[in-house]
Amino acid sequence: MKTILYIIQKEFKQIFRNKGMLPIIFVLPLLQLVILSNAATFEVKNIKFGYIDNDHTSTSRALVEKFNASTYFNVLTDFPSEAFANAAMLNGEVDVVLEIPNFFERDLQKEKHNNLGVTINAIDGAAAGVENVYVTQIIQRFNQGLKVDLMQVSDKQIQPTTIETIPLFWYNETLNYKTFMVPGILVLLVTMITLFLSGMNIVREKEIGTLEQINVTPIKKSQFIIGKLFPFWVIGMGLLTVGLILARLIFNVPMLGSIILMYFYTSIYILVVLGIGLFISNFTDTQQQAMFISWFFVVIFILMSGLFTPIESMPKWAQIVTEFNPVKYFVEVMRMVMLKGSGFIDILPQLLKTALYAFVMNGLAVLSYKKTN
Amino acid sequence: MKRFIGFIKKEFYHIFRDKRSLFILFGMPIAQIMLFGFAITNEINNVDIAILDHSKDATTDEIINKISASKYFSINQFIDRESDIEPIFKKGKIKAVLNFEKDFSKNLIKYNKATIQIITDATDPNTANTISNYVNAILQKYQKELNKDMTIVYQIIPETRMVYNPELKSVYMFVPGVMTIILMLVSAMMTSISITREKELGTMEILLVSPLKPIQVIVGKVFPYIFLSIINAVVIVLLSIFIFKMPVQGSLFLLGLESILFIISALALGILISTISATQQTAMMISLMGLMLPVILLSGFIFPISSMPLPLQVISNIIPAKWFIIIIKGIMLKGVGLEFIWKETLILLGMTVFFIALSVKKYKIRLE
Repeated sequence: MKTILYIIQKEFKQIFRNKGMLPIIFVLPLLQLVILSNAATFEVKNIKFGYIDNDHTSTSRALVEKFNASTYFNVLTDFPSEAFANAAMLNGEVDVVLEIPNFFERDLQKEKHNNLGVTINAIDGAAAGVENVYVTQIIQRFNQGLKVDLMQVSDKQIQPTTIETIPLFWYNETLNYKTFMVPGILVLLVTMITLFLSGMNIVREKEIGTLEQINVTPIKKSQFIIGKLFPFWVIGMGLLTVGLILARLIFNVPMLGSIILMYFYTSIYILVVLGIGLFISNFTDTQQQAMFISWFFVVIFILMSGLFTPIESMPKWAQIVTEFNPVKYFVEVMRMVMLKGSGFIDILPQLLKTALYAFVMNGLAVLSYKKTN
Repeated sequence: MKRFIGFIKKEFYHIFRDKRSLFILFGMPIAQIMLFGFAITNEINNVDIAILDHSKDATTDEIINKISASKYFSINQFIDRESDIEPIFKKGKIKAVLNFEKDFSKNLIKYNKATIQIITDATDPNTANTISNYVNAILQKYQKELNKDMTIVYQIIPETRMVYNPELKSVYMFVPGVMTIILMLVSAMMTSISITREKELGTMEILLVSPLKPIQVIVGKVFPYIFLSIINAVVIVLLSIFIFKMPVQGSLFLLGLESILFIISALALGILISTISATQQTAMMISLMGLMLPVILLSGFIFPISSMPLPLQVISNIIPAKWFIIIIKGIMLKGVGLEFIWKETLILLGMTVFFIALSVKKYKIRLE
């Protein structure tokens, strides 16, 4: 026991002696949490909108005015012809173009219906879908206005059958993205820091040659590993703590569930990451290799965690891959406990899988660690 | 010059001798782009929902059938009480509950109006909103069927044309993004670490007292990585064309030139990182911790930049990846030539020159 304490002490000293490293461990992640959480939003706002009005009547102007009044559309450009609009679209200056045909008003009064051209830049398919919904909604409302304006009072209509829908957004009525993203990004930062630090630590000693020296000392394998990894566990928990405080103070993220439960889960989760880090260390000769492998896994962990894109929409095989992604479970648990107030029983499946993962990873890592090369 | 070529040869030997690194260098980007190209999508499919049907009549049955027939939803369970909603949301699997009011059919016939509540787990605002929109769309279609005898006066019908990506494939969005991330991080990480490695192991001193000029040492170290990154870029472009069916509407030659420019800018950034870090660990942490998330979040890879708060839109301008993504999408999907992307190209070029100038300056200081 005493030996472990000495190793831990030595490791802490080594980490804190490197002054350049401290800001990277604590300031950089927290700064990113504060700044980048604002970037992650799927909301579609400030749509760059342009129009070609070939009609120049009060009806066409009224229609354009509707778009002008909407908060979603921005920068109204009046293009003299389609060619100008196309060029602007290629240049990325405009994303939605509305083309009002000749004799729009006249035909509308005569035929009672009319068509409008809408062109949408669809490279971002999801955004294009939303933009299409906005355009359709505005035009529909304009239609209803027309009915009131142009319909004779005598035109009695039968009431159409309507099914009314009432959307209720639980846990986040204002659909605030930050409440959703902050816990997720915090999870990522904790994972990245603990994985990079632990993954490169032992291999560094290997590369510099100091591992040989430790191997000839009377330290047991398990003592050495625990002594090496414990400081990173502490750093991970510390980062979580500061991150949670920032989430509460700056982003006002609700904390409905039990804080103790969150810490309990995290304490097991970090063991998984440390196990992976140790495993990577064992199978590499240089820090460069360790870094590449950690990077490879982190990118996969991030993009397949359900943090930014939904897991249900992935193909079946990819969903199976995500079962092996520890970040997925951490993201789920953080969001469930913090935002919904889920309890121990609710997160039990994730907790069990994480604990099993931690056991397997660390078992493999310890087994594959050779004291003699 | 001969000495310089000899030095470059030595660097190549150095890299090719380390088979494991080489495998990682080429194998991983390929594995990643395959994985992400097929798996990542921000469409919403197969969302698990639950039904709370207080009415259980022919109309609600019909609506439930329509909903379960759509590819967006899979009905996971039926519940009986409002009080069941909270516990199933807390378990996390079910994302929405459709709550049909009592006497649904009767109300529809008697008052021409019936009500459904769409209760969504809005911890994920995007999914919640989309679910609500999709249910609405399905119901609207159903209403049209119910009201098909009625003629509606004064109708303006928008004819929407989706340009550049008519099928709204999300792979068109993600392949350029993944390509950028891989090229950026591999190039920046590789150079930053290979130079700091020499420093840390003490061999840099030896290089500096050799008759090679400092600039030759740097260029010599970076050159093999330019070569390797170009191969990486070629492989990625081929994969995206042949496997993900990405079109290349514009010039392949221009795409190649722009990729080389981007690779050089990332390598220059790597050199800059190496000049400010003493150990490989610091270099790695700066290039991994410092670059990864900003590149993913601020480049427009997943989240639209125009929706971000203004200060972040300003910050996104200093991310080289943002400009490269605009360039690739322009060439591959829109088919534009240099006349439309000269501004982005100039910005990338300017950044590259800036990184190189700054690192040369820092580098000289170390020598004195």
